[in-house]
Parts: sequence; C-alpha cells; structure tokens
Amino acid sequence: MSAAEEVVAEGNEAVEAVPKRAMTLGTGTSLVVLLLLVVVPLFAKNFVIFQLTQLLYLGLAVLALNILTGGSGQFSLGQSAFYAIGAYITAVMMEVFNIPYFLCLPVAGVVCFGAGFLFGQPALRLSGVYLALATFALATAMPQLLKLNFLEKWTGGVQGLVVTKPDAPFSLPMSQDMWLYYFTLVVVLVIYICSVNLLRSRSGRAFMAIRDNEIAASAMGINVALYKTLAFGVSAAITGVAGGLSAIAVQFVAPDSFTITLAIQLFLGMVVGGVGWLPGSIVGAAFIIFVPNIAEGISKGLSGAVFGVLLFLVIYLVPHGARQVAILGQQLAGRLRKN
Amino acid sequence: MELFTNQVLAGIATGAIYACMALAVVMIYQAIDHLNFAQGEMAMFSTFISWQLMQWGMPYWGAFVITLIMSFIGGIAIERILFKPLAKAPVLTNVAGFIALFAIINSSAGLIWDFTIKQYPTPFGSSPFLGSQLISTHQAGMIGVTVLLLLGLYFFFQYTRIGLAMRAAASVPESARLVGINTSWMIALGWGMASAIGSIAGMLIAPVVFLEPNMMGGVLIYGFAAAVLGGLTSPFGAVVGGFLVGIFENLAGTYIPGVGNELKLPIALALIISVLVVKPAGLFGRHIVKRV
Repeated sequence: MSAAEEVVAEGNEAVEAVPKRAMTLGTGTSLVVLLLLVVVPLFAKNFVIFQLTQLLYLGLAVLALNILTGGSGQFSLGQSAFYAIGAYITAVMMEVFNIPYFLCLPVAGVVCFGAGFLFGQPALRLSGVYLALATFALATAMPQLLKLNFLEKWTGGVQGLVVTKPDAPFSLPMSQDMWLYYFTLVVVLVIYICSVNLLRSRSGRAFMAIRDNEIAASAMGINVALYKTLAFGVSAAITGVAGGLSAIAVQFVAPDSFTITLAIQLFLGMVVGGVGWLPGSIVGAAFIIFVPNIAEGISKGLSGAVFGVLLFLVIYLVPHGARQVAILGQQLAGRLRKN
Repeated sequence: MELFTNQVLAGIATGAIYACMALAVVMIYQAIDHLNFAQGEMAMFSTFISWQLMQWGMPYWGAFVITLIMSFIGGIAIERILFKPLAKAPVLTNVAGFIALFAIINSSAGLIWDFTIKQYPTPFGSSPFLGSQLISTHQAGMIGVTVLLLLGLYFFFQYTRIGLAMRAAASVPESARLVGINTSWMIALGWGMASAIGSIAGMLIAPVVFLEPNMMGGVLIYGFAAAVLGGLTSPFGAVVGGFLVGIFENLAGTYIPGVGNELKLPIALALIISVLVVKPAGLFGRHIVKRV
C-alpha cells in the first residue's frame, strides 16, 4: 500500500461521521476562537503573550505540514529544515542587512518555496517510508549545514545570531511582545484563510485527487509531478514564514534549535491535531508546547517518556486526533439538543 | 597509498556496524513494511544494560550473552504490547508510534543512567592488529563479529525450518498462513532478532563513540543509508550497503576538500537521496509493482 492509499484509508475511516469537506470549523466557532485570540492577550502577562505567539507560529508550521500530508498525501519528517531556512533568512536579513522584519518574511517564504520545490523533485519518486527516510535525513543534516565555515560571517556559525525585537509602529501604546503577537496573529490568519481556499480550489482538488489515487488522478489529466512538488513548495514556504516569525519572537537563531527533534514535534503536532483538519494544527501546537512542560513538572528528565506515552495513548484511543474529539463533541451536543 | 588503504580498512570496520544496524532495520522492514525509527535507541538501551551488568562485576562475554537474550525478549515484548495493535493502521500512525518509542527509550535511558558520557570496554583490546599499523584489534574484532553474525543468519534463514517460515511469512503472508505458519509470531520473532542484532551493533560501536543516550543518532542514519543503498528488501544488500557506506564515508571525509568531519551526515543524506532517485529499489532490492 502506498502512502497515498494509506492516507485515504485513514480518511475514509475518519469521515464516516462527517463529510470529507469538513476540514475547517463552522463560521460561528471560528468567530468565537478568533475573538478569544484577539481579546485574551489584552489581559495576559508578557510571558503568556509570548507563549501564545509561540502557539501561533508553531501552529502555522503544523498547518504547513497538514497541507502537505492532508492535502497531497505525502509526508515529511524534514520540516525543521525549511523552518530553519526561514528563520535564518529572516535573522540574517534583519541583522546583517538591516531590512525591516515585515519584508523579511515574504522573502523567507519565497526562498523556502524554491527549496521545497527543489526537494520535492527527488521526493517525487518516493512515497511512504522512503519519503519519511529522505526527509528524516534532510532534517538531520540541516544543523550541520548551518554550521558550515564559509557561511559563518552571515550565520554566526555555532554561536548563532541574536535578533532585535521590533517596536510597535506608529508609537502605538503596546509592549513589543503584544505588538509581535498581533502581527503574528494577522500573518497566521491571512495564511490560514489562503490555505483553506487553496485546498478548496482547483489545485487543492488536484492535491486530494493525487492523495486518493495517484494513478487515477494522472489518468484524469492531472500533472501529478507538478502538483506533488507544488504541494511540497507551498508547505515549505509556509513553514519558512513560521520559522521567520519564530526567529523574531525568540530573538535568537542557532543551528541546534533546528534539529530533528523540532521536525518530530511538528509531525506529532499534526498527528495529535488530526491529519487533514486544519484547525487541529493549533491543538497540535498546544500539545507540543505545553505537554513537555507539564511532564517536566511531574518529574525532571522524564518529559520525553511522558510525551511518548501520551502519544501512544493518542494513537490508540483517538487515532484521528483532535478532529475525532471534535466530532464526538458535536455528536454529543447534537444528541443533547434532541433530548 | 597507505592513507588510502588505511581509510578503506577503517571504513570497513565502521561499515561493519552500519551493516548490523541496516540488517536490524531490514529485519523489521521485511516483517511489517515499516522503518523502525527507534532502532538506534533500542540498541543504545541494550548497550546500557550490558554496561550495567559489567558494572555489577559480570565478565564481558557473560554480559554480552545476557544482553542478547534480554534484547531478544525485549524486542518481542515491544512488538506484542505496542505494535501488534497498530498492524492495520496507516503508515502515518506507525511512524508516530516509532517516534513515541524513540522518545520513551531515550528519555528513560537518560533518567536511569543520566546523560554523562561513559567509557565502554572493548573485549578485543585496542593494540594494532597482528603487528599491522593499519587497523586495531577492536576494528578487526568488529569485522569478525559481523561476519560471524552474517554467516549465522545465512544458515538460519537457508537451512532451518523456522528461518524458512519467517521468509515465507515476510514475502507472502496469506499463503504462509494457509500452510499453517503463525505469521503473527513470525513478526514478533523478527522484532526480537532485529533487537538482538541492533544490540550487537550498539555494543561494538560503544567503545568508539562512547556510551550515552544519544550515541546512536548518527549511526542510525548511516544504517538507514546502508539499508536503502542495498535495498530495503534484501538482508544481503543491507550488509553490502553497510560496508559501502562505511568506506564511502571515510574516503569522502579524507579526499573531498571541505567535507571533513562536519559534513559526514549531509553525505549520508546525499547518498540516500541519490540512490533513491537513481535506483529506488536499491542495489539488490526487488521492484514492487503497484496495482490500481
């Protein structure tokens, strides 16, 4: 069974309760979530705001992976590489060339699109475990590449690079953290809306046709190679923007922040959130940010083990992640309403 | 010329380790069609067990044998408890499961034995081998043990009933089941053997890279590279791939300017990708024809 077929098999099981199109929240729920995201930071401490920012940009990175896997049926353990490229491009442009941060992000996106598109070329011939392997190797190799000597005058080598946090423009009465939060929120919202529309567009349907049955899709006249690499490119571009946002928020980039661990976290975020269900990305991001913290609280050094055990519980009990929980919730609500 | 011979010999020695890892990866891949991303961590944990036994005063070979048995049982237990329920699950779920296992083992090893780097003894000593300056006795021992292991596996798969049953269960599960082979237990057996083979790789490489919870990270990548190079469906290919990757790694580090030690992992990446692009089934793998 190829990866594509398997994703489909998974899709079919998941979709019994809800139509396949339901990859977003309803309008009402979306507005409530948005309202919460806008209002909560006004009453929160700076550290909480920072964590919320983290939630947003990691959610964006998980979303990018979700477009690749849920959309086109390919998957990647190498997202940390594109994340790193985005973060480094943003950091180097801001610090070495003094370019304003909001101009760096699109550049990061475009460069990562190129990188993803190129990586997608060899990846075209791979599926399932082979693709996992190639991307796994990419993620492992990336920190080494960032440490290269001849890049050192820009990247700072092993030391990394410190990034200055931007002030709020137009002398708005906002702390730097809060400004960055709202800036991130806007970027994430725009990309989220674009992604939803992308998946509903002609290209998105081509992605899904390839995911469902590659051979049938090509028989229908879909340029499979083009759309598969395109999916890789789009996913890499969004991941790159997320990486850029992270560089600004964390104010620091170093090769060892972008190891395979990060790639694995993003992958887990997608699994926990539910493959192909875009709002799940934020749930997944919350899982990968807060669970290790809580585990660390239970016992220091145990965080990995707790993380692993929880993950096993998720894949046994709710194999379709947060989406399944949401569906169960809906059904329950429906039943209550009937009574 | 001496530098060249030296590098090739050293490459064969580390290649022996990659061959063991690749073999372990292929054993599980054959059985369940998934790559075990936690293979390296399982090997690391086994190595720690043998270290602990030696700390308690057991002689090297005693600890070696007990570790093999414990790894074998451990491998079977992991399959029975964690992965049997996932047998019909999609690729994605399985990858998540392997990653969870990776995190659990890595973190528990750190918790039990902490993250400090430990010396690990070699049973062969580290003096020059047979008076030659080219390889040390430990490197020679690494090659020797790997070759013995290979011969053992060859005889097991070719000349024993259970080896034949395992091959049958891996290649055509349905037919194997019809002739009365318990395929489910063959898979568990494959896991046990993979775990034991991995532990041998761990115990042989530990004197070189030192013992610590993250020691197998790089080795596993090379093991994957070797398995892909040789073909994921061929144990023989995995071994040849292991030796080739070892030699290639050393020669590239010596002769390609600017590669050095830092770029060795990216080389493994480049190798994996180029093999997959040029010959996706690997050197000795068989092509699988897909049906709609």
